[in-house]
Amino acid sequence: MQLQYFLLVAAALFCIGIYGLVNSRNAVRVLMSIELMLNAVNLNLMAFSNYLDPQTIKGQIFTVFVIAIAAAEAAVGLAIVLAIYRNRDTVDMEQFNLLKW
Amino acid sequence: MNLAEGVQIVSFGILSVMMLGAAIGVVLLDSIVYSAFLLGGVFISIAGIYLLLNADFIAAAQVLIYVGAVNVLILFAIMLVNKRQEFQPVPRAWIRKAATAAVCAGIFALLSTMVLSTPWAISTATPAGNASVVVIGLHFFSDFLLPFELASILLLMALIGAVVLARREFLPDDDFEKAQAEALKLPERPRELVPSGRNETVK
Repeated sequence: MQLQYFLLVAAALFCIGIYGLVNSRNAVRVLMSIELMLNAVNLNLMAFSNYLDPQTIKGQIFTVFVIAIAAAEAAVGLAIVLAIYRNRDTVDMEQFNLLKW
Repeated sequence: MNLAEGVQIVSFGILSVMMLGAAIGVVLLDSIVYSAFLLGGVFISIAGIYLLLNADFIAAAQVLIYVGAVNVLILFAIMLVNKRQEFQPVPRAWIRKAATAAVCAGIFALLSTMVLSTPWAISTATPAGNASVVVIGLHFFSDFLLPFELASILLLMALIGAVVLARREFLPDDDFEKAQAEALKLPERPRELVPSGRNETVK
């Protein structure tokens, strides 16, 4: 097993997340894509932690922090989606143009 | 993990194929509920890959937090905003899709050439393995103490912020009172009042 395999898989997952983030119409799916990207970053950190720093595993610490912040982000993001849905009566990302000139 | 090299490679291949396939399903499927369940599959596959990377505590935390909390939260959000509407098509949407696909392929090519060409300084020390929980705890309470406490404050802020954001601004008063009045009324048959015994004795 080599480090490069994990990094390549994480890169592929991150690219899938970017594609979903830009192309999703449903706001909940955008949040799911953000979760995919955060998980790709976590996978990178864990691979580095195992292969480059196996004694003082600081990558795992960073992963724990990223997981905590991702949980907070998911809660706040879904609350925002709920509030927008209540105001605009849709979850279509194309109609969320309140701040567009 | 004390597994043979072949077993590790085979399980890594299965897990990564599961993960990437489920991620593509999350992005491309039409039904949002299928996407949410496939997202759980992605999280579980990533937890398996963490097990291959000698990190059992993080794998358990991944299953608990992501599959148990975040995925359930997303399912609840889908349930609450469950509006079956057809999105009206945007003109020239294929340009955006093609451009995004090209950009993503470019980023992947860039990252993969970087990954394959960098001489990584692979450490040969034995991994912490089962003692990883002890090492993580030591880090949390010595040199990562301040971020640890800040993370707790951040979680509290996110909790309160989510409650404030998702709460209704106003309650429709009349509906609320009518529903409450109907709910508080006991379903009983109207019957005529029986005179009490004291009145009878007076008569």
